[in-house]
Amino acid sequence: MSTGVEAVAAKGWLGAHKWLLLRRASQLGILALFLLGPLAGVWIVKGNLTFSYTLNFLPLTDPYILLQSLLTRHLPETKAFVGAAIVLAFYLLVGGRVFCSWVCPVNMVTDAAGWLRERLGIKGGAHISRRTRYWILAMTLVLALATGTIAWELANPVSMFHRGLIFGMGAGWAVILALFLFELFVSNDGWCGRLCPVGAFYSLLGKFSFVRVTAAKRAACNDCMDCFVVCPEPQVIRPALKGVDGAGPVILAANCTNCGRCIDVCSKEVFAFGTRFGNKVAKVSQPAGEMTPAACK
Amino acid sequence: MEADKPRKPAAQARRQFLLDSARMACGVGLLGIGIGLYAKQAKALPPLALRPPGALKEKDFLGACVRCGLCVRDCPYDILSLATPDEPISTGTPYFVARQLPCEMCEDIPCVKACPTGALDHQLTDIGKAKMGLAVLVDQENCLNFLGLRCDICYRICPLIDKAITLEQQLNARTGKHALFIPVVHSDQCTGCGKCEKGCPLPVAAIKVYPTELAKGEPGKHYRLGWVEKDKAGGSLVAPDVQHQYNLPEGMRYESGKGLVPGGEAAPAVPPGSAAPGTQPVVPRALQGGKL
Repeated sequence: MSTGVEAVAAKGWLGAHKWLLLRRASQLGILALFLLGPLAGVWIVKGNLTFSYTLNFLPLTDPYILLQSLLTRHLPETKAFVGAAIVLAFYLLVGGRVFCSWVCPVNMVTDAAGWLRERLGIKGGAHISRRTRYWILAMTLVLALATGTIAWELANPVSMFHRGLIFGMGAGWAVILALFLFELFVSNDGWCGRLCPVGAFYSLLGKFSFVRVTAAKRAACNDCMDCFVVCPEPQVIRPALKGVDGAGPVILAANCTNCGRCIDVCSKEVFAFGTRFGNKVAKVSQPAGEMTPAACK
Repeated sequence: MEADKPRKPAAQARRQFLLDSARMACGVGLLGIGIGLYAKQAKALPPLALRPPGALKEKDFLGACVRCGLCVRDCPYDILSLATPDEPISTGTPYFVARQLPCEMCEDIPCVKACPTGALDHQLTDIGKAKMGLAVLVDQENCLNFLGLRCDICYRICPLIDKAITLEQQLNARTGKHALFIPVVHSDQCTGCGKCEKGCPLPVAAIKVYPTELAKGEPGKHYRLGWVEKDKAGGSLVAPDVQHQYNLPEGMRYESGKGLVPGGEAAPAVPPGSAAPGTQPVVPRALQGGKL
């Protein structure tokens, strides 16, 4: 039953947790950069995930909140647009939902809940469709239009958590605790995989993003199913891994977060990071066979 | 499910799709209505919370501010904070409480410069033109100056002394011979920085900064002030000014501040430049009784 045992046996513990460790380093590192100012007085980054200013030079804007602000019929300063353009370009390059798995602090909370869920053997829970997030995304945009305020920011746990860690949490802890318990008892991947409109927004970028996970050596798959167990969006794997309807080996599904857990957990090293263009070649040459892995980053 | 088999698969899929969509629309719609109503409530900023200088009108501000906190970071006096979810202020938006720490009115206004969205209006370049709120001397029963003492702190601490707050001299009716120095706030000058509120020595401030729309009245649009119109027109618009004739006892004259005193000719009650004698009484301040 234990997931990843084979991978640890084949690649060693470090090899079987490489991307997980890198991901945690990225999440904590980004948080540390933000906290260095208020805690140590070293001002490399100011602000939070909705807008930040690095070294008084680099603006980064959350394009989702900028879109909501535009819908309230406010025209922001140029700096905000430049920041949004940089962020959009970045996620179009590395993968839309890279935000979710490599940057967003809530991911650590929901991952912790998922880990505890497995430890406690909690199974099942409420069935919430993975499409719900797009409805919520639409709802937040309609709210901005209808209320003339960025209403979603009153409830958004993502920005609330990140802002809280940097500027003071207040009752925000209650919201995060509620989120943790929701993940633990009510719905596995309930927040990040089903409800969160921030992730839904970034998944729209993922439709076109350059860096993708590819099941390059899918012929070597021994059907251990470990990748399906660890993947926060398991529905994205099957088409690429199994070549459903002649699909190529690149995971093109927008909701793949490029977290790399499937790469870690696979003892046969089926998966690797590649680009979305590794797919076309595959389609032309052979539908589902052995092929050269696409160029890795 | 087996019973549904005869139905066309396309029709069944359509039915399922419509049902799923309806379920989503209802569930998410409920959530949306909840947040929408909450947002409506959150538009009402509590009177004690003041926005940084240059903040747009509250309704516009809540659509423009992305809650990044750069204004908080660039405030050299650390007076701003971002609201946490338990505070009765839109979560994540910047505010300050004058009684705790008032705005120091930096000349370069770094908080406005830092704002990436224009929620703090970049058109504001002169901090003297800021309108964070309006100081109101709310408690005239406990204000020390109203009691006849020379506290004057709000007046002296005001960065726009003698412009935003002036001291108006009145007769102290209690003693009958001393003066009251009444602090008067002038809304065209007051920036709402809150220094007066912070400085007030009472345990609870007698002068407080309120959001301008709470603090200020508004005259009817059709109101015209006769004396202003008269000045504009260069003369009375209704009827010629007439000078009032007092019927004083013989051998008495009227003197400002003293009343009737024995003596000869009364001092002219109406300033000379005015027109013919008539019915307009000019009562000296001291005779009007009570406080002004």
